[in-house]
Amino acid sequence: MNRFEIVTPLDVPHASQLLAAPHHAALAGGVDLLDLLKQGIAAPTAVVNLKGLRGMDAIEPDGRGGVRIGALVKLREVAADPLLCDRYAAVAEAAAQAATPQVRNLATVGGNLLQRPRCWYFRNPDVKCLKKGGERCYALGGLNRYHAILSGGPSFIVHPSNLAPALIAFGASVKLAGAAGERTIGLEQFFILPKADPARENVLAPGEVLVAVTIPAPAPGARSTYIEAREKQSFDWPLVSVAAMVARGGARRVSDVRVVMGAVAPIPWRSHEAEALLRGAHLDGEVAARAADAALKDAVPLSDNAYKVPIAKALVRRAILRAGGIEEPG
Amino acid sequence: MPDNRDDGQRTRVFTRRAFIKGAGAAAAITSFIGGPTPPSAGVTRAQSSPTPASGAAERLGPDAATIVLTVNGKSRKIAVEPRVTLAEALRDHLGLHGTKLVCDRGACGACTVHLDGNPVVACMMLAADARGHEIVTIEGLGAPDRMHPVQSAFVEADALQCGFCTPGMVMSVAALLSRNPAPDMGEVKRAVAGNICRCGTYPHVFKAALAAAAKMRGVKPPGERA
Repeated sequence: MNRFEIVTPLDVPHASQLLAAPHHAALAGGVDLLDLLKQGIAAPTAVVNLKGLRGMDAIEPDGRGGVRIGALVKLREVAADPLLCDRYAAVAEAAAQAATPQVRNLATVGGNLLQRPRCWYFRNPDVKCLKKGGERCYALGGLNRYHAILSGGPSFIVHPSNLAPALIAFGASVKLAGAAGERTIGLEQFFILPKADPARENVLAPGEVLVAVTIPAPAPGARSTYIEAREKQSFDWPLVSVAAMVARGGARRVSDVRVVMGAVAPIPWRSHEAEALLRGAHLDGEVAARAADAALKDAVPLSDNAYKVPIAKALVRRAILRAGGIEEPG
Repeated sequence: MPDNRDDGQRTRVFTRRAFIKGAGAAAAITSFIGGPTPPSAGVTRAQSSPTPASGAAERLGPDAATIVLTVNGKSRKIAVEPRVTLAEALRDHLGLHGTKLVCDRGACGACTVHLDGNPVVACMMLAADARGHEIVTIEGLGAPDRMHPVQSAFVEADALQCGFCTPGMVMSVAALLSRNPAPDMGEVKRAVAGNICRCGTYPHVFKAALAAAAKMRGVKPPGERA
C-alpha cells in the first residue's frame, strides 16, 4: 500500500471539491478501497474520508411514499431495516447475502454500488488489462469462468454489486453531488457498459459524491425477492444473482414486474424480454420458465462460463415464482 | 482488563515472536543499506494531530501521526501512518497478537474484533478510522485465568485444532450471544459464516457456541441430560 494522507472534509461540497483533485480517493466503509490499495490497483495521494458527513447515514421515508437510504448506511442496517424487509424484501435480502457479517458491519450502500469488479485480471497488479488502460481484456481467450455471458465486450467483467439488481427492480435512483450541484439519475442509467467506456462502470464524474439512494413507493401488491447461486454457501461472490419484483392485480394477472440479473453482464442486467412476456400474464411455472428462456436468449458464453446460462435460467424462474407468491413444486 | 504485554519488550524471555521480530528487523536493516527504497521512518517522525473539533477539516499523514484508540476499555496512544490498518495497529503497535492476520483481505475472519459491539474485520479498516469507537479484541474478552464463557466453551467442546482461526471465531460467537442469547443452529452458522477454519472444526465450534449460550442463560447445554 502506498503512503497517503487522510483528509476529513467539512461537508459534501467540500468533499466534492477534494475529490475533484487528481489522485484523491473516496473512503466510506473502506472495504473495497483497502482491497484496491493493498493490491496496488489504487494509489491515491489522499483519501477523502466521507464517514463523518451528515445526513448520509439514515434509512428514512422520502415523503412521497418511498424510502431514502443514505450512502453511508451499512449493509447490516439495510438487511435488518423493518421498512425495507417489509416493503422492499429483495433489497434487504440482497444486503443480507452480501459478503460476511464482519464485512456487512463495515461496508456501505454507496460502496456496494461503486465497488470495482472482481475480475482476477483487473485485480492482479501485474496485469495491465483494458480496464487499466491496457490493450485487451484477458478474459477473452483467458480464464473466464466468472465473466460476462450477456453484453460483454470489449471488457467482459461482471458488475459485483448485490444491492444494485434489487434496487433496480424497484426503480431506484441515486443522488449525486458535485461541483455543479446535485443531480438525480436512475440507478439503471447510472451504470454503463464497457462499450461506452471500458475503464469505468458508472457515470460518477470526478468530484461527485454518491449521497443517497431513493426507492419509490412499490407498485400496489408488489412482492420481491433476491436469490443467488454461489460456489461456497457460507459466503461468496455470486455466480449469478436475480432480483425479481412482481405485482399481481385483477384475476391474479401480473400488473407490474421487474427482473434484474447480477453477475452475468458488465452492468446489473434488466431483462425487458422477460418482463414483456410476464406483463399481463397469468403467472405459473410454465410462464416463468418461458420468461427465463427469454431472459437468457441473447447470452453469448465465453469458453469457460456456459454453465452460467442454465443457472441463470433456473434462478430467474425461481425468483419470478417466489416474488409472485407461487410455491414451486418439488 | 488483561495485561496487554508486548512479548519480548517487557520481558527478556526468549520467545519465538521476539526471535522472528528480531530476524525481520535485521532483514529490514539489510534492505535499508542495500536497497533503493528504505522502510518508512515510522514513529520517529510522529506529529501531533488531535481529533478535529466538530465541523473542522482534518489532514492526517502521510507521515506517522499520533492517534488515540479505545481498545479493551483503555485509551491507547499510538503513532501510525494513515495507511496502517486496525489489525496492524493492534498487533504491531499495541502488542495485541490475539487478533490474527491471515488473508488481509477481509475474507477469512481471523482478525475479527468488536467495533462498538459489532464484529468487523480489522484488516479492512484503517486504524485512524477506528478513532472514537470502542474496540474490543480477544484479549479484552477474557484471559486464561478468567475466560469469557465462549472461550471456556471452546476449550470444553474441543472447538479448535491449530487455533489460528479461534480468536476470530470466538469474537463472532461472543458478538452473536451479546445480542441474541438463545440462537438456534442456523443463527450460529450465519454468525460465523465469515470465519474460515481450514482444520474443519466447524461442528465443534457450533456446539461450543450453543453450549456457551446455554451456560450464559443458566440452562443446561443442548444434548446434555437433565
